[in-house]
Amino acid sequence: MGDCNFAGRINGIGLLTGAGEFFILQDESKSRTLTLAMQLVQKPSSLFGRTRVLEGQIDEFLDKVVEAGLIFKSAVDTYLGHGACREFEDFLRDEEKVESRADNLRRAVETELYAQTLIPEARGDVLRLLEDMDNLINMYEGNLFRFSIQQPAIPRQFNDGFRQLTATVITCVESAVASARAFFRDTQAVRDHNSKVMFYETQADTLSTSLQRQIFGHDLELAHKRHLAYFVEKIDIIANTAEDVADGLAIYAIKRKI
Amino acid sequence: MDFTVFLFLASGLFLGWSLGANDAANVFGTAVGTRMVRFTTAAVVCSIFVVLGAVISGAGAAGTLGKLGSINALPGAFTAALAAATTVYAMTRAGLPVSTTQAIVGAIIGWNLFSGAATDTATLTKIVGTWAVCPLVAGIIAVPLYQATAAVLRRARLHLLRQDALARAALIAAGAFGAYSLGANNIANVMGVFVPVSPFTTFSAGGIGMSSAQQLFLLGAVAISVGVFTYSKRVMMTVGRGLSEMSAVAAWVVVVAHSVVLFMFASRGLESLLAGAGLPTIPLVPVSSSQAVVGAVVGLGLLHNRRNIRWRTLAAIAAGWVTTPLISALLCFIALFFLQNVFNQRVFF
Repeated sequence: MGDCNFAGRINGIGLLTGAGEFFILQDESKSRTLTLAMQLVQKPSSLFGRTRVLEGQIDEFLDKVVEAGLIFKSAVDTYLGHGACREFEDFLRDEEKVESRADNLRRAVETELYAQTLIPEARGDVLRLLEDMDNLINMYEGNLFRFSIQQPAIPRQFNDGFRQLTATVITCVESAVASARAFFRDTQAVRDHNSKVMFYETQADTLSTSLQRQIFGHDLELAHKRHLAYFVEKIDIIANTAEDVADGLAIYAIKRKI
Repeated sequence: MDFTVFLFLASGLFLGWSLGANDAANVFGTAVGTRMVRFTTAAVVCSIFVVLGAVISGAGAAGTLGKLGSINALPGAFTAALAAATTVYAMTRAGLPVSTTQAIVGAIIGWNLFSGAATDTATLTKIVGTWAVCPLVAGIIAVPLYQATAAVLRRARLHLLRQDALARAALIAAGAFGAYSLGANNIANVMGVFVPVSPFTTFSAGGIGMSSAQQLFLLGAVAISVGVFTYSKRVMMTVGRGLSEMSAVAAWVVVVAHSVVLFMFASRGLESLLAGAGLPTIPLVPVSSSQAVVGAVVGLGLLHNRRNIRWRTLAAIAAGWVTTPLISALLCFIALFFLQNVFNQRVFF
C-alpha cells in the first residue's frame, strides 16, 4: 500500500438533517453525541416522547446513507489520484464504521417498531425501505472493498468518466434519501424527489455506457477491459438500486395518502 | 329486596351484555382491530365512559321510550326486554342487520297491544323518523369532518410516527366520547322499560344523590361493561379486519360522527341550549349505534367513489326498520300471553 498526502481528504462530513440543521460530523462518536444532544434539546413530551427518539434514529440512519455516499465519492477520488493508498484505506474504515452504525440504527428502529406495535399499517413498508436503504450503504462499502482487494489499474484518461459516474450515482442516491425523508413527513413531495432519482439514474446509465465504450475502444488486454467494465457496472448498479427504492417509495406514498 | 326482582331484571342485563359485546366494536373496533389501541385500554375506557354516559345523560332518551308505552309491571318489563333480546339474537344468528333500539320499540308496542294501552303515534312517528335521519346525519357530519381533518393533516406535515401517536390518542379520545354517547343514548334500550317499575329508591350519600332510574342505568351500564370485557374483543377484531381498507383518519372520523349523532339524540343539555336560543330541538330518542356507523361510512364512500357503496346492504338495513319491530312486537305479545296464562304473572295493571 502506498502512502499519500492527499490534500482533498476531508476531516468532516457535512450533513443536512431531517430537522434542517447543518452539521459537520468528524467521526462516529461526534455523530452519536450530536444525536444525543438533539434528543436532549428537544425534551420529549409525554405524547410524542417515544416517537421523537425514533424519528431521530430514522433521520440519523438516512444521514448515514448520505454520509456513506460522500465517503465513497472521496474514496474513489483518492483511488483515482493515488491508488489504494493509506488515505484510501482510511476512507474504507470510515465507510465500515458508517455501515456498522447504520446497521445498529436500523435494528434499533425495527425492534422498536415491532415491540411498541407502532405504525401498524405502514410498518412493513418502513422496514422494507430501511433495509433497501441499508443495502445502498452495503453496496458503497462492497465497492470500496473491491477497489482495495482487486486494485484495478485505471488509465488516467478514464478518471473523469469514473468521477462523473460516481458523482451522478451519489446524487441519485441523495435524491432517493430526500424522497425517503419526504415519505415520512410530506408524501406529496415524494413524486418530485422520485423524478430526480429517475433523471440521475438515466444519466448514470448514459455515463456508464459511454465509459464502457471508451474502455472497450481502448488498446488494452481484454481481461483488463473486462476488469474495468466490471467496476463501471458495479458503480452504476447503485443508481439502479436507488431507482428501485424510489419505485417502492412511490407505492408506499400512495398507500399513505390521506 | 326480593330476589325475583333481580330475576326479572335479568333480561335487561342480558340485553345490556349483548349491547356491550356488539356495539363497543362501533366505538373501538377499528382501533383495536388494527392494533392501534390495546384491547384492555379500550375495554377500560369504554366501560368507564359507558357508565358515566348512562348515569349522567341516560334519562333523556329513556323518557321518550316511556312516552311510547309505560310498562307498569315488572314481569311485563322482563318480557319486553327478553323479546327484544331474543329478536336481536335470532336476527344476528340469521346474519340480518338488527338494532337493539328497533327491537325494544317493537317490544313496547307488543306490550301496548297486549295490555290494551294506547301507543302514542306522535312519539312513534318521532322515533321512526329519527331512525331514518340518524345515518343521514352521521353521513352529513362525516364528510366535512373528514375533509377538514385531511386538509389540516396535509398542511401540518407531521412525521409518520408522530401522526401515528396522534392517531392513537385521537382514537382513544373519540372512543371515550363514543362510549359516553353510547351509554347516554342506548341505556334506554337496556333499562328504559324497567324505569316505571324500578325496584330501587332514591338515595343520597356525601352530597351525591342517585335517583332510582340512575341506579337502574348504573346496573345496565355495568352489564354493558361486562359485555365489553367478556365478548367484544372478537367483534372488534372482525370489525378491524373488515375495515382494513379504511385509513386511521377515516376510522377516527367515523367514530366521531357516530358519537356526535348518539350524543345529539341523547343530550338534555343540548336540547335546553337549542330551546334557549329559540331553535328547534333535537328529539331525545335511542338510535342505532351500528346504523350511525354505516351512515358515516357511506358518507365517506360517496365522497370517494359512489360505486363503493353496496346499495343492497343499505336496503336490508332500511327493511330492518320495519321487520325488527314487527318480529319483536309479535314475540313480546306471545311471551306476555304465556307469562300471564301459564305462569300466572301480572304483566300489566
